[in-house]
Amino acid sequence: MVENRPFLTVLGHLIVLLGVIIIAFPVWMTFVASTHSQQTMLQSPIPVLPGPHLIENYTKVLTEGYGRVGSTPVLMTLTNSLIMALGVALGKIAISIISAFAIVYFRFPGRMYFFWAIFVTLMLPVEVRIVPTYGVVASLGMLDSYSGLIIPLIASATATFLFRQFFLSVPDELTEAARVDGASPMRFFWDILLPMSRTSIAALFVIQFIYGWNQYLWPLLITTKESYYTVVMTVSRQANVVDGVPSWNLLMAMAMLAMLPPVLVVVFMQRQFVRGLVETEK
Amino acid sequence: MEKRVTFNERWLPYLLLGPQIIITLVFFFWPSGQAIYQSLLIEDAFGGNSKFVWFENFAQLFRDNSYAHSAQVTVVFSFLVAAIGLGVSLLLAVMADRIIRGATGYKTFLVWPYAVAPAVAGVLWGFLFNPSVGIVAWMLQGIGIEFNYVINGNQALMLVVIAAVWNQISYNFLFFLAGLQSIPKSLIEAAAIDGAGPSRRFWDIIFPLLSPTGFFLLVVNIIYAFFGTFGVIDSLTKGGPAKATEILVFKVYNDGFRGQDLGGSSAQSVILMIVVILLTFVQFRFIERRVHY
Repeated sequence: MVENRPFLTVLGHLIVLLGVIIIAFPVWMTFVASTHSQQTMLQSPIPVLPGPHLIENYTKVLTEGYGRVGSTPVLMTLTNSLIMALGVALGKIAISIISAFAIVYFRFPGRMYFFWAIFVTLMLPVEVRIVPTYGVVASLGMLDSYSGLIIPLIASATATFLFRQFFLSVPDELTEAARVDGASPMRFFWDILLPMSRTSIAALFVIQFIYGWNQYLWPLLITTKESYYTVVMTVSRQANVVDGVPSWNLLMAMAMLAMLPPVLVVVFMQRQFVRGLVETEK
Repeated sequence: MEKRVTFNERWLPYLLLGPQIIITLVFFFWPSGQAIYQSLLIEDAFGGNSKFVWFENFAQLFRDNSYAHSAQVTVVFSFLVAAIGLGVSLLLAVMADRIIRGATGYKTFLVWPYAVAPAVAGVLWGFLFNPSVGIVAWMLQGIGIEFNYVINGNQALMLVVIAAVWNQISYNFLFFLAGLQSIPKSLIEAAAIDGAGPSRRFWDIIFPLLSPTGFFLLVVNIIYAFFGTFGVIDSLTKGGPAKATEILVFKVYNDGFRGQDLGGSSAQSVILMIVVILLTFVQFRFIERRVHY
């Protein structure tokens, strides 16, 4: 800073620290709740420090699930979420990197029409056209399947734009050199363009993994079989069952498990995450 | 911008574009077209028969008080989410920017809420404010405030706003921090030499220079409040109590899947599509000509 004002620096630390604490508070309480027994969690005020039932609760949730509305083992829903998140992230990257390659490196009739057709998909989130999209997926017989969970969500333009932007910044000399050496377009793509795109791919992967993992409405609509439930929708479903004695401890253990993978991805891949966030919004 | 050097191939580019175009056609254009078509139909209550009615569904929506109410809730909700979210994250970003040592450490502690699914965020906040076991509800009771979002509409709205803001705060924070760090230090130093104190420097230099980021985030937050908060609302209040938190996108879902009113729901979808297109247009305009004062 330009001048030394100890009071402001202390105030800055205090405010940010307070912000961090308030932001972390709900997750702390969730963690605390997941380490107590069911009885403890039924008396108000509930404890604010962790209890002794951590391993017991998590083991139960992971292997048996807990059930007021059918118990699905969380291990299974976590696997489904992982398949969905990976499918969405990798699928999006795969189809958009090749279409960006086509749009940037080739001249062909109808190029601009294709470009605009992809562009308009930027605008409509799946929530807006949810009813007819459900109808289409149902008529294709894709309800209750991984392809139904994944494929409708990979039609989006953001990734294509990111790669287009990046390809435009690749120097023309590289393309010329490749052509002089007689490399075919696909050879150029595999040996030069793809290795150069590594950082963009990593950044996009982090963002899209989180997007896929956190999907809620879509899996809620198109899955009716428990074997396809994802972890996020299961948490919300169980939280909304009103009858019976609530097992807050187990519900919160489930919520912790639903949050953990994407949060770890963000924390450990922070640089790629920030980059992806900024770049997809360009 | 165009490439100078390109490849000459007849079929390859179509092959490369194929997967994305097919998926876009099947899962984007087809359903969107259907939404537009169905918004002009009225379906028989017993299914099967449908009648072409032009804009009757739209006319009905505009006469419908519950639609006007939902639109009003959406406006209030988006305003609160955007205003509180931007205010809080700007404060945090400005303070974190002041702190040179420890700023990156704080960053790690502020970015992770982005990774929490909106639906899970709803469950977390619902637990804190739960009328029977919630710790915050208990503390509020201690100071004489009866908090029960299950029956009190205003409190329910407040709670979904808090959960939605919490979920979006890291996004706003990161963009504000990046914006702050791109302001040349020489400007701040020059102002300091001229005798401007910290708050004067903030309002006269930093704030105006941050306005492009602010406008961009405003649009993003409105889009988020309109469409991205479905999970928060569905897992916290389901639009209730008494439709106090039923935002437009929730009503599309409710009328379409719960109420089985396909024509009405499609008409709402079409209206929302127009809203998104307008918002996206505004967003692109601002990015094109970043407002500077």
